[in-house]
Amino acid sequence: MTQSAVPPPTTTGGVALRTGNPDTPRANWAKARERLAWMMVAPSLLVVVCVALYPLIMTVYSSFTNARLDGSAATEWVGIAQYEFIFNDRNFRNAFQNTLIFTVLGVALQTILGMAIALLIYSNFKGRGLLRTAILVPWAIPTVVSARLWEYMFASPYGVFNDITQYRLPQLVDWIPGIGGALAGLFREPGNPIPFLTDPTMSLFSIIAVDVWKTTPFMALLLLAGLQVIPGDVYEAANIDGASKWRQFWEITLPLLRPALLVALIFRTMDSFRVFDVVYVMKSYSLDTQTLAIYAQQWLVNANRLGTTSAVAFIIFVCIGLMVFGYTKLVKVEEN
Amino acid sequence: MVATTQSADGGTTDVRAYTPKRKWTIGRILNRTVFYLLIVFMFVYTLFPYVWAFLSSIRPNESIGLIPVQWWPEDVTWEHYRYVFSERSGFLPALLNSTIVSVTVVLISVALGASAAYALGRLKFRGRSFVLYTILSMTAFPAIAILGTLFQVIRQLQIYDTVFALIFSYLVFTLPFTVWTLTNFFKAMPGELEESALVDGATPFRAFWQILLPLSLPGLVTTGLLAFINAWNEFLFALTFTTAGGARTTPVVISSFSGNSQFDEPWGAIMAASVVVTLPLIVLVLIFQRLIIGGLTAGAVKG
Repeated sequence: MTQSAVPPPTTTGGVALRTGNPDTPRANWAKARERLAWMMVAPSLLVVVCVALYPLIMTVYSSFTNARLDGSAATEWVGIAQYEFIFNDRNFRNAFQNTLIFTVLGVALQTILGMAIALLIYSNFKGRGLLRTAILVPWAIPTVVSARLWEYMFASPYGVFNDITQYRLPQLVDWIPGIGGALAGLFREPGNPIPFLTDPTMSLFSIIAVDVWKTTPFMALLLLAGLQVIPGDVYEAANIDGASKWRQFWEITLPLLRPALLVALIFRTMDSFRVFDVVYVMKSYSLDTQTLAIYAQQWLVNANRLGTTSAVAFIIFVCIGLMVFGYTKLVKVEEN
Repeated sequence: MVATTQSADGGTTDVRAYTPKRKWTIGRILNRTVFYLLIVFMFVYTLFPYVWAFLSSIRPNESIGLIPVQWWPEDVTWEHYRYVFSERSGFLPALLNSTIVSVTVVLISVALGASAAYALGRLKFRGRSFVLYTILSMTAFPAIAILGTLFQVIRQLQIYDTVFALIFSYLVFTLPFTVWTLTNFFKAMPGELEESALVDGATPFRAFWQILLPLSLPGLVTTGLLAFINAWNEFLFALTFTTAGGARTTPVVISSFSGNSQFDEPWGAIMAASVVVTLPLIVLVLIFQRLIIGGLTAGAVKG
């Protein structure tokens, strides 16, 4: 949802008051200040409790009931029956597998590509500001829109990607004198389009490509910000010592980039594991690509089964919590 | 904490200055060629889909399904844009809904968020970190986790299929975000700012209202903009809490534009609508890009 990373505040800035004798005007002032603070926090706190905390607690509760949205049956406590049902459901296992592939492969590709873009922009060349602006475009395009743009480009047989692989690339290669004709044979024959979105196994990977295109800019910008705070004299020293650029990357850049990388990984993993929109827009409820969030939403919208949806939702919630915990743990271990 | 993107262009020059000028060997030429090819590839990769959407939106229907594809539209038509803005497409009401929802959500989130953030960032009070972390933890859980129960609440409040349902539910992700970002923003401002006002006898609230708030306008704009983009792009709640013809927002309408059959997608109209929805965002991003990059990456560079 929110693609942003913010640091935990460490110390209180602003004005700290000394509290001395309770009768002095200063102490009264401090009391007034405390009251003011609560008054200023209260509206936000109230909204958060109503809109987020209460529904979250209710989700956990309903996952142990047979609650239905249409109220066609009285809500009863059913213990872990919903969870048993889900774990025995083939579609759940299918959705779990799809989500895992989407998350692991997607985040890995985003990291590699994001790092490449960050390093590219970090190096000195004319037009780097322009490239930094250009990568903001995929980020700014709404996910639904990007899904539809790519759906059209992936279309078989008339999409632009099939046009490139069947007609343009062979034409281009044909130009090369001598070996061109032989190379052209490597490409797909006309009339033999690639079923990017209709093939059961290929479709998930096609969607991952869309997600990578859309979210890599975020990764790249975070990593670029991380690169820019690495002090330049570290590289100076390495240059004087004659370390190669490749070694400098592995032994200086990457370790110093770890905090930025970690934040980016946490945000991207959380977002990928709960993915709904890009997959739903391109393939609806198709089992080929169904993710956990789509699976959960389907039980709610198509079957009114609030209890089942809540149980799946709670499982997603726990998985994400475990992953975030794992990342932070991983870094702690490395630091020791 | 180091100021981040402000130093974006200055950071690297001093490092490069130490690299001695090398001769143009074949290896170096090859190196440079690959480097610039990569950069060209990056531009094409990031921009091509949007350019392609625009080209497709001005291509007449007859030439959309052609094989091989007609890359450059030979006849230009604006019929898809006319369709998108006509009554039949249902796009304009959706655009209105999206605007009402996003603007309202941003105004509420920034107003409540700034107030809470001042208390959390500048005032000392008991329970401060408890409140802060309660609100922060709300940014971590997935929207799907509360979809079902939120649906129930929305039904009980009888706001199903209205913009109020969306305004209500979007606060779930925009408010914790604005509170958190603005708290960090206020915290980073120098402490002497209100001190002099307080010494002069102003109340803490007046110090906030008359001194800190005007100074924090860039922070408010960035936070509001990022919240706006998130609200504008939201899909799951909009899809689940509204029906066709009701309070649908543009992402949902674009996702469900359909032709006469499953195999007959109205691509021209879809691309035209996509261009229209995205254009304001791209313009905003171009204008505010420094602020946006700063806002997005504020957390990544904590030492």
